[in-house]
Amino acid sequence: MKTYLISLFSPDGPPPEDLDLTKVMAELEVVNADIRAAGGWVFAGGLADQGSATTIRKPDAITDAVLTDGPFAEAKEHLGGLTIVRSADYDAVLGWAERIAGATGLPVEVRPFQGEDDPGQAPTDH
Amino acid sequence: MTVSGADIARVFRAEHGRAVSVLIRALGDIDLAEDAVQDAFTVAVERWPREGMPPSPAGWIITTARRRAIDRLRREATREARHAESVALYAADEGSGASEEGPVKDERLRLVFTCCHPALSREAQVALTLRLLGGLTTPEIAHAFLVPETTMAQRITRAKNKIRTAGIPYRVPRDEDLPARLASVLAVLYLVFTEGHTATAGDDLGRPDLATEAIRLGRVLVELMPDEPEAMGLLALMLLTEARRPARTDPAGDLVLLAEQDRSRWDVALIAEGHALVRRCLRRGAPGPYQLQAAINAVHTAAATAADTDWSHVVALYDHLLRLAPTDVVRLNRAVAVAEVAGPDSALALLEDLGLDGYVAFHVVRAELLGRLARWPESAAEWERAAGLSDNAPESRHLRDRAAQAAAHT
Repeated sequence: MKTYLISLFSPDGPPPEDLDLTKVMAELEVVNADIRAAGGWVFAGGLADQGSATTIRKPDAITDAVLTDGPFAEAKEHLGGLTIVRSADYDAVLGWAERIAGATGLPVEVRPFQGEDDPGQAPTDH
Repeated sequence: MTVSGADIARVFRAEHGRAVSVLIRALGDIDLAEDAVQDAFTVAVERWPREGMPPSPAGWIITTARRRAIDRLRREATREARHAESVALYAADEGSGASEEGPVKDERLRLVFTCCHPALSREAQVALTLRLLGGLTTPEIAHAFLVPETTMAQRITRAKNKIRTAGIPYRVPRDEDLPARLASVLAVLYLVFTEGHTATAGDDLGRPDLATEAIRLGRVLVELMPDEPEAMGLLALMLLTEARRPARTDPAGDLVLLAEQDRSRWDVALIAEGHALVRRCLRRGAPGPYQLQAAINAVHTAAATAADTDWSHVVALYDHLLRLAPTDVVRLNRAVAVAEVAGPDSALALLEDLGLDGYVAFHVVRAELLGRLARWPESAAEWERAAGLSDNAPESRHLRDRAAQAAAHT
C-alpha cells in the first residue's frame, strides 16, 4: 500500500468564461465516489487562487524568515488543487488521475509519498 | 562437447529475460534479481567449460541464481523481515532446473509490460527492455544509441528507482488497459528496430545489431502473446524490412532506393517467414497499423521487379491504414503509391496541405515527384533541403548526389 499525491495544475488568471464549473465538480464527484468505493480516499481539496499565496524563506538559523507576497516560483501554471489517495495498485491510481485530468481539463501529476503505508506526520492522539 | 565463452555469452543473451523475470518475481526487486542472475553466469563461466552445458541452461541459471540470492540475503539479513524473506524463498527452492520453466512465459510477459509501462519515458522503456529482457549490457546499449555509458547507466538507474518508488506493478495489464499498453510495448520494439534500420546519426546507414535485437524480441513477444495479431504484424513488418537490408546499400555503403535495389540480394528466408506471418494475421480479420504496414511490405517483396509491384493494392492498403492512423506521414507514403498509379501530378497535389516541412522523407518525395515532372530547379532545391536535414552520413551523401543530378538538368 502506497500513498500518492495527485496534483492539479491550473494556469494563472481567472478560469475561462465558457467553463461550466458545476459540471466539472459533478464529474469530479463521480471520480471521488469511485475512489471512496475502492477504499483509496484520503483527502482532496481545491486551492484558492495563487494570488493568495505567501512564500516564506528562512535562509539560515540566524536571519529572520522572509515573507514574500505571491507563489514560490514564477511559472505559467501553479498548484490548483490536490487529491491524496492510498492504493496498492499504481495502475488504478493512474486511472483515477486520468479521470481527474479528463474532468478538469487540467494537467495532473501523480507522485508517491516516501515510504510505505502511513507516510508523513500522522495526527497525534491526545 | 566443449563450451566456449561465446557459447555462454549466447546463452546469457537468450536466457537473461527468462531468468531475470523469474527472479524478480521471487525477490520482488529488479536489482537483486539482476545481481543473482549475474552471479549465476559467473558460476557458469567457471563450471560449464569443465562440466559441459547443462541440459536446460535456463533452468540451471534460474536455480543457481535463486540459491545465490538466498545466500546473499542470508549474509545481509540484519533485519528480521529480510531473514523471513530468505526463509520463504528457501522453501520455494525445490526441484530440478526443468520445473523452473513452467510459469516462465507469464513472468517474461510481466517483465515486458513493466519495462514498457507508460509512466516511464520512452527512452527509459527502450533501455530497460534491452537490458532486462534482451540481456544487453549497459555499455552495449549506450554504444547502440550513441550516448555516453554514464548517461545510459543513469537512465537505467533512474528508471529502476521510479519503478520501485512509484510502485509500477510487475504484472500483465488488465484487459481494458491491454490495447493501450500493448501499443506501448510494440512502439518500443519498433523504435529499437528503426534505430537499427536507419540510424538517426552516424557514419553507417543502420546498426544491424539493434535491428536483430528488435526482431529477436519481436519473436519472443509473438511467442508470449500468440493471440495478438498486431504483435505478429510488427514482427512481419520487421522481417520484411530486414530482408531488404543487404540490397539497401551499395559496396561503397551508399543508400540504394527500393526501385533500384538488386532483388536477388534480398533474404528469401526472411521474406517467406514475413509473408507467412502476414497471411496468418490477416486471417484473424482484425487489421491494425502494424499488420497493414506489414501487408504493404509484403506487396513490395512479392514483386520480382520494381515494375511488377501491384501499386493499386498498395494504395488500397494505405487507404485502410489512413482510416486507422490518419497522420500526415501515412498520407505522404500513400502519395508515393498514388504517383505510381495516377501519376506525379496527382501525388504532388496530395502533398499540398501536409504539415511535414523539415521532415527528410517529405522533401525527398517532393524532390522525386518534381523531377518526374521535369521541374528541375524546384527538384534540386528539395534534394538540397533533404540533404541538409539528414544527420545520417550515407543518406546525406546520396541526397546531395541527387541534388547535383537534378541541378545538371537545368
